Amino acid sequence: MAAPQPKLDPLAARLEGLSLPKGAAWATDAREAALGRLTAMGLPTKRDEYWKYTDPSSLTQAGAPKATLFDTGEAPLFDAVDRLKLVFVDGVFDAALSDSFDLEGVEIEQISDAMSHDIHWAKDVYGVLEADGQNPVERPLAALNTAFAAEGVAIRVTGDVSKPINFVYLHRNETSDAMLHHVIRVEKDAKLTLLENGPAAARFSKSMEVDIADGAEFHHVRAQGRDHERRASTHIFTRLGERSVFKSFTLTVNGVLTRNEAVIDIRGDNAVAHIAGAALGDGATGDFHHDDTVFITHDAQHCESRQVFKKVLRNGATGVFQGKILVKPDAQKTDGYQLSQSLLLDDDSIFQAKPELEIYADDVVCSHGSTTGAIDEEALFYLRSRGVPEGPATDLLVLAFLAEAIDEIEDESLREDILARLEGWLERHGS
Amino acid sequence: MLEIKNLHVSLEEEDKEILKGVDLTVEAGKVHAIMGPNGSGKSTLSYVLSGKDGYEVTAGEAMMGGEDLLDMEAEERAAAGLFLAFQYPVEIPGVGNMTFLRTAVNSQRKARGEEEMSAAEFLKVIRAKAKTLKIDADMLKRPVNVGFSGGEKKRNEILQMAMLEPTMCILDETDSGLDVDAMKLVAEGVNALRDEGRGFLVITHYQRLLDHIKPDVVHIMANGRIVKTGGPELALEVEQNGYADILAEVA
Ligand SMILES: Nc1ncnc2c1ncn2[C@@H]1O[C@H](COP(=O)(O)OP(=O)(O)OP(=O)(O)O)[C@@H](O)[C@H]1O
Ligand SMILES: [Mg+2]
Repeated sequence: MAAPQPKLDPLAARLEGLSLPKGAAWATDAREAALGRLTAMGLPTKRDEYWKYTDPSSLTQAGAPKATLFDTGEAPLFDAVDRLKLVFVDGVFDAALSDSFDLEGVEIEQISDAMSHDIHWAKDVYGVLEADGQNPVERPLAALNTAFAAEGVAIRVTGDVSKPINFVYLHRNETSDAMLHHVIRVEKDAKLTLLENGPAAARFSKSMEVDIADGAEFHHVRAQGRDHERRASTHIFTRLGERSVFKSFTLTVNGVLTRNEAVIDIRGDNAVAHIAGAALGDGATGDFHHDDTVFITHDAQHCESRQVFKKVLRNGATGVFQGKILVKPDAQKTDGYQLSQSLLLDDDSIFQAKPELEIYADDVVCSHGSTTGAIDEEALFYLRSRGVPEGPATDLLVLAFLAEAIDEIEDESLREDILARLEGWLERHGS
Repeated sequence: MLEIKNLHVSLEEEDKEILKGVDLTVEAGKVHAIMGPNGSGKSTLSYVLSGKDGYEVTAGEAMMGGEDLLDMEAEERAAAGLFLAFQYPVEIPGVGNMTFLRTAVNSQRKARGEEEMSAAEFLKVIRAKAKTLKIDADMLKRPVNVGFSGGEKKRNEILQMAMLEPTMCILDETDSGLDVDAMKLVAEGVNALRDEGRGFLVITHYQRLLDHIKPDVVHIMANGRIVKTGGPELALEVEQNGYADILAEVA
């Protein structure tokens, strides 16, 4: 009788074939420390409280499940924007498709270059914000990314950059398993707008650590790729200094599985952090599961945080929101707002929300609201009675529902771009 | 224009008959008024004609311009020329009044195989029409009916009617909530549209409106039926004596 094969434990299976990228001593330390964190935590499973609503197994299994390439037939988003473009094909930087790194007020390097220098500012950011963000909730997938990501960029902003930097993520290989790690430091009073778009890979793990110094601003607009079968697990870790501003918006349409985690640590007084998301899922064109998981810590006075997440779900699509605001004892005059809403266009779709407030300061204003609703039949009839057919009338109401999230995009032309994409998508999916 | 015969309507949810055999014909070029006690079925008739869900037609028919209205979707009825000014106009947060109206105008044009109105042309036309109804630019930009006063909502209904230029207009208590001046504006808006090819069905409780919009025919509706039809003098009679005499007479 043949001896039974010893079953590899899941972490060992996931790590098989991966090796820590080479770099300077501090870089190796950072990666080994991350691997240590990962080993201590283990991979997430559906049994974990933080993964109660989203099954991580396809994110943790060895090898990426196949994702068919999808041609939207549209011009790529942000093509008309004057920007500095950095292109990654299945998670690998493509210099030929990218613009040169020359841009006033900003230093751009590939992460592999940055991490080969013995002395580099990235040492204070890479894996540092992520390690901080492991408390009080464990994020093993972020530690995995910190340990093994070999691709990404390091961006240091010293001035008011004249145009946005745009990460473009192309998906060309049906089984690509990509890992990117970006580190960004916006120095005192400097300002950057970062755009991200594209499906990136069959399975995409992306972590971004953003350190925002006093008086600095970071604006972020992201549109996740529309490949129906793609999977993504993304993290944003950010730390805000005094009077600094962080504003992030994400549009997600399609994708069999998306988990977007944001960990926002407000450290300096009078800082402002806004994070918003609009997600549209149509289960008829493929499974759709979208999870926004946000953790905001207020650890300074007179700060404002705002979360606005909207999801439109139909034909068995699933949406998840887990959002927490933690206000530390000294964070007086905190103004925290959290809104998470879903519009279910049929009875098959599901929205699960877990909003949480944990407040230890006494002089704060925090509010949160979470709702699940159907389309307003009275409004729908009113529109139809004016001659607008049911499909376009529903679209108008869907856009109206999403407006509050989309309005979080400060730049008007970017907002228009995102709206135009949404309208196009709705036209194809309208009932 | 509009021909309703023996129309019986029940609620879908509960087995309750609301319209119990309505007969009514509105000729092109004419203004018909319907009056009647609260709860007699006037709004229900207007909803059924415009295609609202939740009602079941158990008998009878409703034709418009030779077409079977009851066989059409709400948007098809609108494109065919039917318009209802709602008793309670609906608020639609997040949808701009202007976007809403332009979508409506162009949806109808598209359905009729006509060319869509350009943004510039639309703007020109709506500005002129809004001005005559004293609707300011701010109201056009705001979300549909959100935060509008009762009277503003009613004027907004008439603006929509003016933009859509329907052939069969049903006005459900458009006068309620209007101050004296607004009532005049609304009446002028309606009178401006009066012509040979257009029919009106004006639902109201008060003679006041009919002073401004002179009806050709007045109907009294009670308990789901048209119980009496007459000339403008019928409205005056109601104004003076209420419904008691009329109801007693037909009972
Ligand atoms: N969806 C509904 N559910 C229950 N009852 C209804 C519904 N719609 C109408 N009714 C009933 O049908 C009757 C007629 O209502 P309708 O609104 O048509 O009256 P109306 O003549 O317009 O009255 P008013 O003059 O007060 O506007 C009323 O008794 C009303 O309560
Ligand atoms: Mg009524």
